[in-house]
Amino acid sequence: MDIHEYQAKEILARFGVPVPRGGLAYSPEQAGYRARELGGSAWVVKAQIHSGGRGAAGGVKLCRDEHEVASFASTLFGKQLVTKQTDASGKGVYRLWVEAASDIAQEIYLGFVLDRKSERIMIVASAQGGMEIEDLAETDPESLRRMTIDPAVGLTEFQARELAFQLGLKGGQIAQMVNILRACYRAYRDLDAVMVEINPLVITKGGDLVALDAKMSFDTNALFRRPDVAELRDRSQEDPRESTAGDHGLSYVGLTGDIGCIINGAGLAMATMDMIKLSGGEPANFLDIGGGASPERVVKAFQTVLADRNVSVVLVNIFAGINRCDWVAEGVVTAYRQLGLTLPVIVRLAGTNVEEGRRIIDGSGLPLISADTLAEAAMKAVAARPRKAA
Amino acid sequence: MAILITEKTRVIVQGMTGRIGAFHAADMIKHGTNVVGGVTPGRGGDSHLDRPLFNTVREAVEATGAEASLVFVPPPFAADAIMEAADAGIRTAVCVTDGIPSQDMMRVKRFLRRYPEARKMRLIGPNCAGIISPGKGFMGIMPPHIYMPGRVGIVGRSGTLGYEAASQLKDLGIGVSTSVGIGGDPINGSSFKDILQLFENDPETDAVMMIGEIGGPQEAEAAAYARDHMKKPVVAYIAGLSAPKGRKMGHAGAIISAFGESAQEKVDILTAAGIVVAPNPSAMGETMARVLSLRQAA
Repeated sequence: MDIHEYQAKEILARFGVPVPRGGLAYSPEQAGYRARELGGSAWVVKAQIHSGGRGAAGGVKLCRDEHEVASFASTLFGKQLVTKQTDASGKGVYRLWVEAASDIAQEIYLGFVLDRKSERIMIVASAQGGMEIEDLAETDPESLRRMTIDPAVGLTEFQARELAFQLGLKGGQIAQMVNILRACYRAYRDLDAVMVEINPLVITKGGDLVALDAKMSFDTNALFRRPDVAELRDRSQEDPRESTAGDHGLSYVGLTGDIGCIINGAGLAMATMDMIKLSGGEPANFLDIGGGASPERVVKAFQTVLADRNVSVVLVNIFAGINRCDWVAEGVVTAYRQLGLTLPVIVRLAGTNVEEGRRIIDGSGLPLISADTLAEAAMKAVAARPRKAA
Repeated sequence: MAILITEKTRVIVQGMTGRIGAFHAADMIKHGTNVVGGVTPGRGGDSHLDRPLFNTVREAVEATGAEASLVFVPPPFAADAIMEAADAGIRTAVCVTDGIPSQDMMRVKRFLRRYPEARKMRLIGPNCAGIISPGKGFMGIMPPHIYMPGRVGIVGRSGTLGYEAASQLKDLGIGVSTSVGIGGDPINGSSFKDILQLFENDPETDAVMMIGEIGGPQEAEAAAYARDHMKKPVVAYIAGLSAPKGRKMGHAGAIISAFGESAQEKVDILTAAGIVVAPNPSAMGETMARVLSLRQAA
């Protein structure tokens, strides 16, 4: 689960990371007021959306007076900001962060992530932070410093010191960096984060370290024990189809094709999408109905898939273990009747209670198209698509 | 022999009195698995499914000589249940639970390393379908009737895709020695390489079907192992060739994911290591059949 920059900064500041003074605004007037409240002569106005690349997309601006703050703010509110990390429709701007501008001598990159290879939290850092860090990771990966943290011991002081020296820091900056690293690690560990990123962590002209940006992402599996974190969820930043599906226990990702997919298990779902492509079709979505799916959940799956107007065929592929084919079949039949479907539906059932499931499908009297194998199901789905008018 | 489980393996179920645990434990017993008891804290002394219940795994091990445990414990308590099994001397634990926090798994992996090799527990999963040696026994949630006993090992991340492979093999008259679901979580107990090693040393396995997917470093590690240390042929399939690039926030994910994590890169790495990769998910069975017949002819 992602959160906004200002929320991440509040959290990290609580753990001891120095951040610039700033305030949140829900309107242009409030943005201007925030600038006056902060004082000084320059402010940075930053669109709060769940995405990186905001600067290049025009979502961040250095403003020299209060009116400039308010007028830039008025261009942002309600806008869909498209960055290179969002999809083509972008993300809505409903909150702004107004911050006292900092003078920058150097930009450092600092990230904490889960490293699957070492099965530990890994620190990634570079003395050349800022907007080009991803390019640097590609052209000169060796320039990135990496370090893993033993979960039994935590981040040791000597490790933090070592990294600070590797980044070329000097004098009092070493102690500042050690504090920042340890604060980020504690925030990561104590709040069940899966990512903490400060880019850039700047060295000001006065020689101090300050986090100019911050991103945090959290382990959704741990939200049950982090109610404070769970409260930071902002649904305006999510694809409404995906979050609604999630509420019903479905894992859904919208794509651009026309064959709607209802499948159990992420691996089988991906394999089915591969098979559709190889058969000459395009999947409209990824959808995993999860384990132990009730007929009601299957109906919800149909509703989710059909909310996409591009869908012209639905392919149901279930290899039941913890699921039951008869429940899925009941769900398919109910969905077909309740939703008044007319488009072709291909159903492939296998595994637990498959005989009962097939009996329900065959006995329904509905024009459902049965398939025995994965390949046959994909082929039939592609063949069932209505021909486009020439 | 098969690997990890035979008809003799003494199995306990942690969480046997829960709705899902009870359903699958009953199925395991029905199909000949040697289930010797269950663990539910507070229910010690009772019985369930005609098997004795214990308060702790240690009591269960002492009373029944259990060697293996199937963990059906909800996510907030699952990591603790796994560590309890390891400490009580269980040899193999299979954890089906989906949704364990990743830092809990980090701690579990660290905890398992405290034991000397000779009494270290092997963990399969979490978030996996389990393990089955067809005709002998199983621990997990798979439908046992889709597997035919035989001499091909299966190892895969995805449960349902593992079922798909087993049923394609059965349609071609090819049976399975053991099928192992290692689970889809970012941090899991046993890796592809760990299981390949077991199959390589198992006299009842002739070849291995390995089913991977996008993300993570384990397929590449397994490819190197198969190339350098295996005599038995490995046939692979990698799911996710058509998957769109994952959306991400920040740069950290892109920086950390090294070369070799996309489906196509994995296919290339496996092919370069001499592993035959099935061109599509419907061809897993026939690709294995072809490799087996070539081997027979040789």
